[in-house]
Parts: sequence; C-alpha cells; structure tokens
Amino acid sequence: MDPVDPLTEEKPAFLSPGDPFLAPGHSYASVTDRITGVILGRTRKGWWIGFAIAFFLVLVLNYGITMLFAIGVGEFGIQIPVAWAFAITNFVWWIGIGHAGTLISAFLLLMRQKWRTSINRFAEAMTIFAVACAGMFPLVHMGRPWLFFWLFPYPDTMGVWPQFRSPLVWDVFAVSTYFTVSLLFWYVGLLPDFATLRDKAKAKFAKVTYGVLSMGWRGSARHWKRHEVCSLLLAGLATPLVVSVHTVVSFDFTIAIVPGWHSTIFPPYFVAGAIYSGFAMVIMLAIPLRAWFHLEDFITIRHLNNMGKLLLATGMIVAYSYVMEAFFSFYSADKFERYMMIDRMTGRYGIVFWILATCNIFVPMIFLWWHKVRTSTVLLFIVATFAQIGMWLERFVIIVQSLHRDFMPSAWGMFYPTPTDWEVLFGSIGLFFALFYLFARLLPSISIFEMRDLVHRTAEDAGVIAKVE
Amino acid sequence: MSCQDNGKGQLDLVSIRTRLEGGAEKKFWRSLNEVAGIEDPNLRDNEFAGGPGSRFQINRRNALKLMGASAALAGLTACTKMPTEHIVPYVNAPEGLVPGKPLFYATAMPWGGVAQGVLAWSFMGRPTKVEGNDKNPGSQGKANVFMQASVLDLYDPDRSQVLIHNGSVSGWSDFLVETEELRAAHLRNKGEGLRILTGTVTSPALGDQLSDILKQFPQAQWHQYEAVSRDNVREGAQLAFGQIVETVYRFDQADRVVALDSDFLFATPASVRYALDFANKRRVAGPDSKMNRLYVVEGVPTMTGVQADHRLSLRPSQVEAFAGLLAAALGVKAQGLGQSSIPNLPSDWIHALVRDLQSHQGSSIIIAGDPQPPAVHALAHAMNAALGNVGKTVVYTESIEVSPINQLQSFKQLTNDMEAGKVETLLILGGNPVYTAPVDLPFADALAKVKDRIYLGLYEDETSILCNWHVPATHYLESWGDLRAYDGTVSTMQPLIAPLYDGKSAYEILTLFQGQLGRTGHTIVHDYWMGQQSQKGQKGATASPAEGGFDVQWQTWLEKGIIDRTAFAPRQVALKSGLDVSSTAQQSDDSSLEIAFMPDPSVWDGSFTNNGWLQELPRPLSKLTWDNAVMVSPATAELLNRSAKRVKIKGPGLGSGIGGKFFNPGPTQGTENEVVQLSFQGRTVIGPLLIMPGIADGCVAVTLGYGRERAGRIGTGPGFNAYAVRTSANPWFGTGLEVAKTGMYYNLVVTQHHHLIGQGSKGKEEESVSAFRRDLVRINTIDGYRQNQDFAKDPPDMTTDAQSLYPTLPSPYDFKKGPQWGMTIDLASCIGCNACVIACQSENNIAVVGKDQVSRGREMHWIRVDTYYRGGLDTPEIYNEVVTCMQCENAPCEYVCPVGATVTGPDGINEMVYNRCVGTRYCSNNCPYKVRRFNFYLFSDWSAPSLFGLRNPEVTVRSRGVMEKCTYCVQRIRSHEIDAEEKGRQLVDGEILTACQQTCPADAIVFGDILQPGSKVAKMREQPRRYGLLEELNTRPRTTYLAKLWNTNPEIKV
Repeated sequence: MDPVDPLTEEKPAFLSPGDPFLAPGHSYASVTDRITGVILGRTRKGWWIGFAIAFFLVLVLNYGITMLFAIGVGEFGIQIPVAWAFAITNFVWWIGIGHAGTLISAFLLLMRQKWRTSINRFAEAMTIFAVACAGMFPLVHMGRPWLFFWLFPYPDTMGVWPQFRSPLVWDVFAVSTYFTVSLLFWYVGLLPDFATLRDKAKAKFAKVTYGVLSMGWRGSARHWKRHEVCSLLLAGLATPLVVSVHTVVSFDFTIAIVPGWHSTIFPPYFVAGAIYSGFAMVIMLAIPLRAWFHLEDFITIRHLNNMGKLLLATGMIVAYSYVMEAFFSFYSADKFERYMMIDRMTGRYGIVFWILATCNIFVPMIFLWWHKVRTSTVLLFIVATFAQIGMWLERFVIIVQSLHRDFMPSAWGMFYPTPTDWEVLFGSIGLFFALFYLFARLLPSISIFEMRDLVHRTAEDAGVIAKVE
Repeated sequence: MSCQDNGKGQLDLVSIRTRLEGGAEKKFWRSLNEVAGIEDPNLRDNEFAGGPGSRFQINRRNALKLMGASAALAGLTACTKMPTEHIVPYVNAPEGLVPGKPLFYATAMPWGGVAQGVLAWSFMGRPTKVEGNDKNPGSQGKANVFMQASVLDLYDPDRSQVLIHNGSVSGWSDFLVETEELRAAHLRNKGEGLRILTGTVTSPALGDQLSDILKQFPQAQWHQYEAVSRDNVREGAQLAFGQIVETVYRFDQADRVVALDSDFLFATPASVRYALDFANKRRVAGPDSKMNRLYVVEGVPTMTGVQADHRLSLRPSQVEAFAGLLAAALGVKAQGLGQSSIPNLPSDWIHALVRDLQSHQGSSIIIAGDPQPPAVHALAHAMNAALGNVGKTVVYTESIEVSPINQLQSFKQLTNDMEAGKVETLLILGGNPVYTAPVDLPFADALAKVKDRIYLGLYEDETSILCNWHVPATHYLESWGDLRAYDGTVSTMQPLIAPLYDGKSAYEILTLFQGQLGRTGHTIVHDYWMGQQSQKGQKGATASPAEGGFDVQWQTWLEKGIIDRTAFAPRQVALKSGLDVSSTAQQSDDSSLEIAFMPDPSVWDGSFTNNGWLQELPRPLSKLTWDNAVMVSPATAELLNRSAKRVKIKGPGLGSGIGGKFFNPGPTQGTENEVVQLSFQGRTVIGPLLIMPGIADGCVAVTLGYGRERAGRIGTGPGFNAYAVRTSANPWFGTGLEVAKTGMYYNLVVTQHHHLIGQGSKGKEEESVSAFRRDLVRINTIDGYRQNQDFAKDPPDMTTDAQSLYPTLPSPYDFKKGPQWGMTIDLASCIGCNACVIACQSENNIAVVGKDQVSRGREMHWIRVDTYYRGGLDTPEIYNEVVTCMQCENAPCEYVCPVGATVTGPDGINEMVYNRCVGTRYCSNNCPYKVRRFNFYLFSDWSAPSLFGLRNPEVTVRSRGVMEKCTYCVQRIRSHEIDAEEKGRQLVDGEILTACQQTCPADAIVFGDILQPGSKVAKMREQPRRYGLLEELNTRPRTTYLAKLWNTNPEIKV
C-alpha cells in the first residue's frame, strides 16, 4: 500500500481502526467517473457470459413455472404429509436475503454509519430482487395460482374477504409493504444519480431514459433538502419493516401447531437468520463486484471486515437459537416436541441437519473470528457461501423435517425433490443474478452522490477541502 | 413397458445385465427392451413418448383412462336407457321418478356364484352406488369392498363392447346362425362333444335351463370351476356326512368361536352376514356386556385373525394337525386322529381352549377355512357335534348350489376330454379359466383342440383371445337373474340400466341352445318363478297374469330383492360312523418353506383386476396398493437374506412375472423391494418380497389375481401371476417351496410405512411404537375394562386444560343447538375390511390417482384404515384404526386458511368450500390427523364420458389444486334435512347414514346428532371407553373412538 494518506490517517475511524472506507486520492470527479464509467462504457465480454448463464437459468425457471401452471402443483415433490417444501423454503430464504439491503440502507443510515455508503445501493438492489424472487414462490406453490388475488382484501362483489386469522394473509401485507417501501427507498436514492447519468450520457436513448427516470432532478438546494427529508422518512418506515417482515414470515410456522413450528422464539430467531443470510449475500455480491468493476477504492477491505463481523454476530444469534430450540423441546416435556427434535438430529433428515449446523455454526464460528479470514476476499466469500447454503437448509429442515413426522405415525412420509423443485430453486437464483447483472450494467451500483458526500466528509474530517477534479 | 412378447421372443435378461454392467451402453435406460435393443412399439408409434408426459409421470392418466375415458363410449354420451321391462323401485323410495332424486332398486351381485344382496342408487336411470340390501339375509344392509366397487366395473370402458368372431367384429345375427347350426348338429349327435363350463351356479332359473339342455342333449356335460374354490367345504361335508350339505353358522349365538384358517369375516360367500352377526355378539355397550371370544389358528394374518382374542400362528399345513389335537381333546372319535404333533405349540393353548369350549356347549362354533383339506372340515363338523352346537349355532341345510360337485375334478375331466379331442363345442359362461386354471392342467393348450369355443365374458381377457366367439356379457346391474344367498334365500336381480354395450347374460345365451330364441332374461326368470309358484299350487299362481296374481307377487319380490320363504330349512344330518381323517397331506417339514395361496383382498381371483378403486385400495394390514407381493414374516425374511440362493433369471422365467419393470440395483428412495424367485414343484415365478409381521415363520404367502396379460388398461401388467405355480394338487398351500434371490428390485407402493427396528422377535415396528407412546390406540381386556372403566380417558395432566397456561377461550360457535353431528368408531368392532374406504370413494366421487402418485403419498381416500403392531414382530397383536376427518370443533385447519375455504358450520361439520380453495395446503400441514387430501393435479377425470354416469350428482367433482376431505357425507345430511323441513317433521335418529357407516359390515361406525338424547351416537359417546385422538391439542374432535377391547382367556398366557 502507498504511504498512508493523511486524510484518513489522522482521524480515528468510526468503527475500528484499519483500512479506510474510501481509498485515498479521490475527488468528486474521479468518484463520478469511476462509477458512471461502468454504466456508460462498453459492455464487457465477461458481463455477457455471466448474464447468459443467469439468463439460461431464467429460462429453466420459466420452464418449471410453465409446467407448474399448466399441469399442476404436483410437479413439485410435495405430498401429504409434506405439503410445503422447496417453494416455501425458497420463499423464506429469499425474503431473508432481502433483509440486508434495507438494514444497511435504512438502519445504518439512521445510525449514521458512513461505512454503509458504498455498499448500500447494490444491497438495496439485492433486496428488491430477492424480495421479487421470494414473492414469486407463494404464487407458484398455490394449487390454483390464478386465484392469488383472493388473498387481497379487494372489494369482492360477493362481499368475501380474506380470512384474517391466517398468517398467509399477514404475509401478503408484510411482504408487499416491505417490497413497496424498499422499492421507493431505492428509487428515491437513485434520483440524483439518474440525473448525473442523464448529464453524462452521450447516446440519445440513454439521455432520454435517464432523463425520464430522474424526474426532472436539477440538484437545487430545495431538491436536496426534500430528498434528504424523504430519505430519512422512508428510512424510518423501512427500519421497523426489517424486523416485522421476517417476524410475520416466522408466524407462518409459529401459528401452526406442528411440532418444530410451534415455537415462541421464531420471530427473533428468524430475523437474526434473515440478517445473517442477507449479509452473507451482500458479501457474496460485493467481492466479485469490486473485482470485476475495479471498485476496490470504494468497497474497501474495511467494509468486508465490518460485514464479516456482522455475519459473525448474527451467526452467533442463530447458533444460540438452535441450541435454545433444542433445549425448549426437551424442557417442554412435550412428547411430540421431543420426538421431533430427536428425529431432527438422528432421523432420516438428520444428515441435512448436521450439514446445516456445519454451514451455519461451525464454519462461521471457527473462521470469522480471524481477522485474516475477514479481510481475505476469497476466504470470506467461501464462508459467506457456507452461511448461505446453511440458511437454505435451515428453512428446509424446519419445514420438511417438521412436517414429515408429526402427530400421526400412520401418516408419516418422506419428501423427495423432483426436477421441478430444482429447476425452480436454481431458476430463482438465475433470475436474481440476471436482474443483478442488468442492474450492475445499467444503474450505478454505488451511490454516486453519497460517494461524493463521502469524499467531502472525509476531507472535512481531515480538515481540508475536497478536490473537485 | 410390459411388452416382452415383441414378436421376436422373450427378453434375454442375462445379456441385458451384461450390457448394463459393461457400461458400454448408455447409462440411463427406460426399459429392458431399450437395453436389449428391442424397439419399443410405444416409442415407435409416439415420438413424444419420452417427452413431458412421461417425464412428469402423468401415469395417473392411464389410471383415469382405465376408469373411464375413450371415445368408444359414444353410446353413453347420448343418453342412458332404462330397460324396457318393468323393474320395480325399492319399496321405501318415493313413488315415481323425481328428477334429481335417487331411486333405489334391490338386486343382487354374484360373488363366487352366491348372491350378495344389494340396493342400487339410481339417479335418473344411472346406477351410481350400491349398498347392502337390508331385506337380504346375506347382506342385511351391509356391503363389502367388492359390492361397493362393482359399480365401477359397470362403467369400465375396457369392458368388451362388441361380439367378436375370430378376432374381428361380428354381429349378433351371425352368432345366432352359428349357434343354430351348432344346436342342430348336436341335436343329431345327442350332444356328444357339447360341454358347458360355468362358475358355481346357485341360480334356480339358470339351473333349470341347464338341466333342460342336458335333457335335450343327453351326451352333453356341464362343468363348474371357480378359482377360489369351495371344494374342500363340499368334500369335508361329504367326508363327514356322506353327502354335500351347506353349513350355516349362527355367529349371533356363538360365545366361543374357533377359526381354523378360516377368514369367515371377509372371504367366504356369507362373510358380510357373518361379520355383522359376529360384531353384534361382540359389541360392548357397558361393563355388563358379554363379548364373544375368538380363537384363530392361521398362517397368514387375515381380517379374522386380527380380530382374534388369541391368535396362534401356524403354517397352513400344520392346521390339520392342530385340528386333530383339538378334536381328540374334545373327545371326537375318528380314525387317524392324533397322528401328528406340532412342535412349539404353546402348552397351555389346547387345554385352555378345550376347557373354554366345553364350558360353552351349544354356544360355540368351530369353523374350518376353505383352504383347509376336507379332513379339517370333517373334524370341525365332528367337534361341533361333540360340543352340541349342531342345530344351535351350526345349522345344516341343503346345498345352495344347483349341482354341488367337486369342481376341480369336473374341471380336470373337462381338460382331459378336451385333450383327448372329445370336446367339439365348449361354451364358457363367465369366469376366466385360461387365466385361473391350475397350472398343471393344460387347459389353454387343450382349448385349441376344441372346434367351437364360445366365451361369454365381461372383458376381452386371456380366455377370450383363445375362443373363436366372444360375446360381451352384461354386468349384473344390467341383467335379470336370480341367485341364492348363503342360506338359500333366492335374491332377484333386476337391471337398473339397459346393457351399455348390447351384452348378453348367461340366461340369454343358454336359450339359444335350448332352442328358445327370443326369450329375454326377464321372461326366463319371471316365467321360471311363475312356473314354480303354480307347481306349488299356491293361490294366485295361475297362468293368467291379467288377474294380477303372480305379477303382484313378482313385484313385491322385486321390491324387496328376495323371494319369500326360499331360505332352506335346517336339515338333520348324521355324522358318518367311522370317520376317517387319516392325513393324506404331506407332513409339514420345518426345514422347508411353505407356500400359501390366497385370494387377493382387493382383486380377489382376478375378476376385479381392472377395477381402479380396488387396485388403489390399500390392502388390509400390508397397505399395499397396485401390486401383489411375496409376503413373509420378518424372521423368514432374515433367513432368506442369510441363506437364500441367488439366481440369474433368464428370459422365459419372466413370462409369468413382472416383465420389464425391474430396475437393478438402483433403490432410488430406499423403499424398493427385492425380487425373489419362487420355485414350487418345478415351476417358478418371480415377485417382490414384502415383510409382514404376523405370518407364520417359514410360510410364504402370495395372492392371486395379478400378473394379468389381458385385463384392460388397469389390470394388465401389475403384480405377478401366482397361478403360475398353483397346481391342482396344491391349490391352497404346499411345502417344498424354494426361494432364491434375483438381485433385482421392484418398487412396491404402500400407503402406510412400517419401519422395522431391531431384529427377530425382539424387533419392533417404529411407527407403532410411536403410536402407542402417543396413546393413539387404547386397549384393554374386557376384565380390565370392568375393573377400570375409565382406562381410556386422558390422564389428568394430559387434558386440554392442564396443557395450557391460558384459560380456555369460548368457542366462536355456539354448538348448543341441535342437530350437532358427531361420529363414533368402535375399535372393538371394526374388522378393518376396507368396505368403508370404497363406499366413501363411490359416494364422494373420489379420484383414482395411479401407482406413481400413490408412491408420492398423494392417494385421495378420505377415510383410511391405519394398522399398528404391538409386541414383537413374530407374533404381534395387530390393531386397525379407521381414521377420517375428525370434524374438530376447534379445527387447526380452519384458522390458517387465508381465504376461509374451510370453516366449521353451525352443526359442527368442518366444511370444505371447494370453489373458494386456492390450494395453499396450509390446512393439511396443520391437520394433526393428516386426513386432508389435495388435488395435486387434475386427478378427477373431467373428460371421460363414461364416468359422468358413474358419479354421484350430489357431490362436486373436484378440480385441480383444491383440498378435499371427509364431509360426513354432507350431501346426505342436507337432503334429509331438506326433506324434513319440507314435510315439517323432525329428523329421526338413524335416518341419516354416512356412506362408511351404512356399509360397515361390523356396524362399527355410528353417526348422528350428539345432542339428541337417546340417539345411538349420544349413547356411544357416553361410554366410558370413549376417547378422542390427540385431544390434548385442544382440537375437540367430533369423531371419537371407543377403545379396543379383548376378551382374552385368562388361562392362556401370551
């Protein structure tokens, strides 16, 4: 590394000493150019390859969903007693992933954590796409998906309403609210950047498109004032949603009487798990993104270190929840609960449980304590991948293992995934990445105006005036 | 997949195996044909055969098409026709036809030739459901699975639809010409070479026709053959009394019953009646009630064995020795008694049994099973006589058969004559002798030597293909006829619908040979009985119907479905002195295995193989669907695993097996069953092994009726053909069986999984262990019940209130006003016969989903019979528990549904609103009883025209993506409620019967208004042994159970 820049060296960093949040030597112009360069420059070959792979998976998803809609939901491996499996697992998993974006943007914004600046934009995008992926699953898993709107309280001519005691109806509200607020928050944040792109774009089409999207942003002080207020308000709205969405999702299970579902610790446990998988996904996106688009100056090692610590912290909550869940099963003295927990660890899905424990507890707990791991892009990526797989398996175990052996031994059964199950799982991953590729190519992955603000503040902290050029 | 006979010959499995193992060929393969390089005609004809259709295994479509489908039913779409003759509605039905309201007609179904009285629902001229006819002594308003499922056969599109002559479509007139010529020719030679082959005939009118033919053609002969034969019963009577008599048992008067390998509750022509009588004698209303006591000695657990208070597991060949020991102990004198002994017989058994029987002289029954040799039957007769039961609990009458003979001998003689070229014309009336013939009799080959082969059958089957004339037969719901019930009562058959395919009945075929062209089934039966009446010289039986004499009587007979006073009077028969029961059978040899043949509890001898309902019906105990299996006890399975030889199957060995459906080794889901080769008396067959606790060690049980080569779209293919090793010498069991492993696997599909844990007699069964830990089945002895009546109650710490920290919330519904519907199921009465399952399927238009979907856990039955085992795996106690929707007052399914598609109604029924359901399946997840069924696909066939006729018009046919479940037959409840409201009357207890309750041969299911004081269900609910399943979950189920009770003999220590 170059000799330490006095700009960042003199002032103590907010969270912990270490690498800077912004590589030294950046001016307003250099930040803007670097970020808009990715968008207004030529499309790189690597992008096409990555996008093609993701798009292929989208086609697989299309195929799977087409079969589901055309023939029936029996295309999944679901049956009686396991009537929910991959689709709902995917739903909860994607919703969980969708938590980190809003958490970073809104929660950390309110907390005035300036290190969030360079990661919040793509984390928000990740949230939007993840929630979009998640939102698809309740629809495709329905027996009669064309009647999905019956879950909404629309003015039906027969005066029929949804059954409001059902957590599935709460889901509809929680997820749609979360999606709406997240989308608004993201779009509002994008407005000044759209204007920048409009101003910098050379091609007519890009100019017009970004112009329309920027909604007449001129950068006047009044605009900035309103923008600031609006952002804060939306952040204030979004922050409780981070907690509420997954709490409501966890109600899907806790409200039921199925052993393994009917548990009071699910809401905090699910929220922690959601943040855990969300941060894992942010890490998994940030590391390749900064490498491919040469954004190492903006997403620094310091960021990765911080996210690694968050991963460790939420991972500990998750691990604690696992232990408590097992403890409660035995402490309750409920024969069904006890049987469920023994079966979970030693039964036919026992191997899945131990893989998930390895992915979610052992790997992060062992490795993330090390500074070297947290600051190594490769190792951190691997650990995050483990966590991501582990979180999917966690939902799978909760849903499938609990259902496959509940109260009546005569009705016990096994779930086996079908090709459609896999198609839809990997297809949704493909959809997520396809959307993300488009986002990274067409929209600023890092907030330009907030980076310029960071340049300003960094300079201010150093007691100098930020460079324009 | 099943085509092995591709014209080029059989598959060479050895070379297929080499190719697969060699790895030179592609790794994945679809069928053995593919590996063998044989072009699959299916693939050739349909280039999309491997496309989405097969990948997604919509094989259920086959299952549906079998049930219905096919454009050949054009006749059905137009309209249905009532027969032109006057048939008479059941007496309780409203007069005349009111559109939308069902009429009931009494008729009778032949089963093994014997009448099973049924009452058929007719909606606008379409029979949609059958129930037992309460006027018929044989059914008493109850029905078994075969009766319930028979209505599906009527609409089976695979039935023969046209008359076929030498493989091509012909016409009735051609056939008339042919029979005229045959008749003329045989009149000339006095009937030499004319043979008639039928099943058991109990029909007096048909018997009259046959004797007329035999009179006209003195040289002609009439043979009878049934695959599930009762020859041993006849020969046993012959041995004991010197004549063939019918034995009628009065289980309603027997306190002690000993069944020697007899499944009298399910598998005899009188079973429906016997099951009810037995259950009535066993019913416990309170601590003062007496229970009968049942001892069963058998090799393979049957429905009777499961009911036994003491069940002794002996190989079938040892039962004769047991009968000898018992008879000797009871003081029966006979030659050859006590020759043999039984190793490992519990020492206290016989003595305790003898003491128990002797203290119940005149109120006990010893009944021998149809598979047991004549000597056992003779001994049973002698023991009944010694115990003074004759005339009290055991009554002898004249045989109900027109001509009781040893059918096997008769059939043997026919085959020999055919071989010798003595038979010119063979008229086969029903049955399927080519398929069911003993394998050592070359019936099929001999058939080729017969010049004119005429076959009257419901299906194009193994026999029809070898006959030069195949006349489609009428279903019993399309025919006139008369049949005797088990006690001789003549039951009338009347058609509810004109023949769908211009079929003919046996009566009508015989008229051609009688030279009485143009007489219809109606005139034959009607005129015969008119003749009988006038012979009796009774009043009104004149030849002029204008006076209304006979025809009025005829009408009342048809109304009731029986002809009055035709039951046979008891007959005095004396035991032959010098009864000789010297054993002719082989002594059982402990070291060798023994094979036991049984009629399949679903497809019987093969006559119901093409019935989708029965195929998909989980067999009692094994819960196997769509297949038969080689069933052995866990210990025998272990022995085989250790010591069985390994063979490589060569092509021809597959001929009688499940060709083309093995995969090797590849257990993909860990549930595959190993395929074994059975070698018996030089013949072999291969089939998948299924472990079933309770079978006698060393006994290998196989069921008949499978491995059909020509049965229709459902029946062709599944299972293996046990007839391939069934000889005339050993039609029921025999020792000297060899079992070898083949190294191949086959996927048997069961609906209730049993995982065995532990080994040998210490072994347990995982699911059952959990079930008993969870108190799902509650059991006591009658004595234990008398001492502690509340034994079945939840312990105080397990009640709902004790389980929750919160006060019980008031129910959102007010269940205080009647009627409040509820049901009780008496586990002490239930025999696990499955009749309720099929009754429900028929009543509620429940779809058949096919083997593949069942293997995925997607069967649709609204009611199921769970089986649990207690004790070790070798001689377990076996418990059946009927589970259906509990109609919880506080239903877990209800509050999780996002659209309110399942709601508890004001009368306590948990109602399913199909058209509101969006299919989230949350309700099923939250149902602790897992009784909800989901339409994962469009399981109901919405396109097959024939099924429109079958369906109950009062029940919605469910579409894809909706949940369904038991509704307490809400359509029946509502129709009675509407009727009561119209007439301003009160509903009467017992007026509304659910389909399962109505058919239950043991009357174990009681339904009614739980608030109405004195109603049957209210009384049952007051019984202290009532308990609810999983009541600690605060579901407040409306369906509750009465605990299982045993009446064990305190002298016998288990």
